[in-house]
Amino acid sequence: MKMPLSGMTRLAWRNLWRNYRRTLIMLLAIALGVWAMIFMTALMRGMVDDMVSQGVAALPGHVQVHAASYRDDPSITHSMPAPGQRLLEALESELVSAWATRIKVPAMISSEYENRGVLLLGVEPGDEIALGFDPDDIVEGRFLDSSEDSGIVIGEKLAQRLETRLGKRVAVMSQDPDNNIADRGFRVTGIFHAELENTEESVVYAGRDVVQAMLGVGSDISEVAVLGHDYREPGPLTEHIRAAVPDDFEVLPWPELDPYLGSMLKVMDGFVLVWMVVVFLALSFGLVNTLMMAVFERIREIGLMRALGMRPAVIVYQILMESLMLLALGLLAGNVLAVGTIVPLKDGIDVSVVAKGMEMMGASSVLFPVLSPADLVMANSVVIVLGIVTSLLPAWRAAQYQPVEALGRI
Amino acid sequence: MAARRRDAALGLSLRLAWRNIWRQKRRTWLTALAMIFSNVLLVFMIALQFGSYEMMINNSLRLFIGQAQVQRAGYHDEQKMRLSIPDVADLAASIRRELPSLSAAARANAFVLLSSKDRSFATRIVGVEPAHEPGLSTIPGLVTEGRYLDDPTAAEIVIGSVMARNLKVATGDELTFLGSGRDGSFAAGVVTVAGIFNSGSADLDRSLAEVPLAYFQDAFTMAGAGHEIALSAGALDDVPAALEVLSTMLNEHQGLVVLDWNALMPGLKQAIQADMSSGWFMYGVLIILVAFSVLNTQLMSVLERTREFGVIMALGIKPRRLALLVLFETFLMAALGLLIGVLLGAAITGYFSTAGFAYPGMEDLGAKFNLPSVVYPSMDLFAILLGPSVVFVFCLLAAIYPALKLYGLKPVEAMGAV
Repeated sequence: MKMPLSGMTRLAWRNLWRNYRRTLIMLLAIALGVWAMIFMTALMRGMVDDMVSQGVAALPGHVQVHAASYRDDPSITHSMPAPGQRLLEALESELVSAWATRIKVPAMISSEYENRGVLLLGVEPGDEIALGFDPDDIVEGRFLDSSEDSGIVIGEKLAQRLETRLGKRVAVMSQDPDNNIADRGFRVTGIFHAELENTEESVVYAGRDVVQAMLGVGSDISEVAVLGHDYREPGPLTEHIRAAVPDDFEVLPWPELDPYLGSMLKVMDGFVLVWMVVVFLALSFGLVNTLMMAVFERIREIGLMRALGMRPAVIVYQILMESLMLLALGLLAGNVLAVGTIVPLKDGIDVSVVAKGMEMMGASSVLFPVLSPADLVMANSVVIVLGIVTSLLPAWRAAQYQPVEALGRI
Repeated sequence: MAARRRDAALGLSLRLAWRNIWRQKRRTWLTALAMIFSNVLLVFMIALQFGSYEMMINNSLRLFIGQAQVQRAGYHDEQKMRLSIPDVADLAASIRRELPSLSAAARANAFVLLSSKDRSFATRIVGVEPAHEPGLSTIPGLVTEGRYLDDPTAAEIVIGSVMARNLKVATGDELTFLGSGRDGSFAAGVVTVAGIFNSGSADLDRSLAEVPLAYFQDAFTMAGAGHEIALSAGALDDVPAALEVLSTMLNEHQGLVVLDWNALMPGLKQAIQADMSSGWFMYGVLIILVAFSVLNTQLMSVLERTREFGVIMALGIKPRRLALLVLFETFLMAALGLLIGVLLGAAITGYFSTAGFAYPGMEDLGAKFNLPSVVYPSMDLFAILLGPSVVFVFCLLAAIYPALKLYGLKPVEAMGAV
């Protein structure tokens, strides 16, 4: 007997609703599972995205160029000359969205009461803003206005620790290339707020030319920070920059500059898949059970179909079709539910009760769920592919019944 | 007599329930497997979570901070040199005397520019009591080159391995420090590197330098004062009780406060809380999915027995008894899942609690929270039974709807059902 496919499909659809309660419960379970897969992934993705963007903003940039031994020993002795012709040309490329040259050395900052160790950044303010420093983060005073600005911009927390304030003078001490103490007085021209308290406490900004003069390094710099367009793809940019600098310079993408962030992103991708598979496995027992029951209560019917000449392959097809419809409906409901719960949360979830903990992980206290299309595709494919694989067993069992024997079963 | 009859009836119901669940072997096993799967996962994950938290807390506190500290109110937040504790060593000694269960060591902090022949770095320098520090911090035992401080007044310093590398110094070399004393005066000195420690915490290895307290007090014009007394009670659970006694003892010292580890490192507890809440979300989803599976199975098993139940009810058995039977069936199935799940989960957890579990690729993440690369799940009865008991309860709850369906059953109609 030949049956048109549309007929088979209609039959599968009707079979699905013969026991509507069972189908509904299973649908509910699948929808909940799919929702949990997508929702949880969106939260985690949001957190990691936030950590990475904070991390990239702190580095800053997607790729950095240093003198070979600078990272091992971040001292002014390991500075590098300002970008030459070749590097400047490479930085014109459309792979680059912004770049800056900076001096970055450990220093001690002192007020009349207290001292703190900080990272002294000598920057060109315009480039720094292009790289991601947000001038709106300045809560008092102003950001530097040029690389020759003789002021210093410090964090709120540091100002509190040093008992200093806008307009007061602070002394900054570091070492020059000959290991003599280089020091200079600065007037606090701005105070910034940062998402992470640690940044507020440990980073200070001064004009690049001023710091160069203070350290006596001419036009030498510590690093070139380069921002690309997509943090997920730092590879091409790294290669592009690497080709333009001498071999003894170190050109590294952010996952290598900050291995914690790099491995966070990798662990995250692994975690998403594991989580989806675990949820699916928890679902799969119910799915197999439902299909098995559906097959079992239809043995007679299947026997009759076989006796009338239906090939086993058609039986398999029919059961798989039934399963596919169940999965598709569940997926539809789950996706709608997930999008429906994530979209209203796009303004962020306030997790400030654990703000210090999030800070320890490098994330901020507002969590923005991120609904990434790739994660959606992954969740749906995991359910469809594994769902079909799991359904093969009941379908295959159904096709195994001998017509005569099956007809005799009650 | 009546009681005995009830017992007998109960026994019969149980036996009947046991037989009933094996009428559909495959279905029962599949349902039980769903429970076993989630139980094993829950047992292992929760034990691993608790184990990691314990290690995070212990490693973070034992390295240096201590389980609690006595400080002047406001010092923790502002870290100002002048917010000090007068005669800090004497106070630490009297704490040790009054509360023998506590280890206590006095410390003082200053921020200085530390210079070697080739390099200068701004860092924190801590004055410690060489005799009492080992009771609180594991740093003295982690000195890999040279030795720890021993003379309370010597001009010696112990620094972390990363700092030693940055400063390009080895033991025996001299370091100069430059800072300001408590009264704002200029403070400077020359110290010899006595030892270099390697704690495994990149942060401490880079930023911690210890000198003897008496020498520190002299160099920074502290006049016997210090900034904190680090405390340890051994087990973390004993800390609150000890702190209570301590705070009454401190009543006579105006302005001193006791901060427990949570106040000293609020990030640690909150990181744990954040991690836990994402954990609970995941476990909750797993448990609800299993409950759905049970709901489906029991509903099917009730519906396919409509005829049978009709006959039984026609014989005069009350729906309550039948509902109880369905609950018993679920109970037995859930007990099966619980038993096998816990045994299997405990076996796996037990194996890893001695062999250790390595998160592949997570070394960098772990290091951030002072977690070693190998974590030992905690073989704690609570951690093991927590997940499975919740699964058990939810499975029983899931059987309520199928059981309630029995109350609406009309014997005559039911007997006619196929």
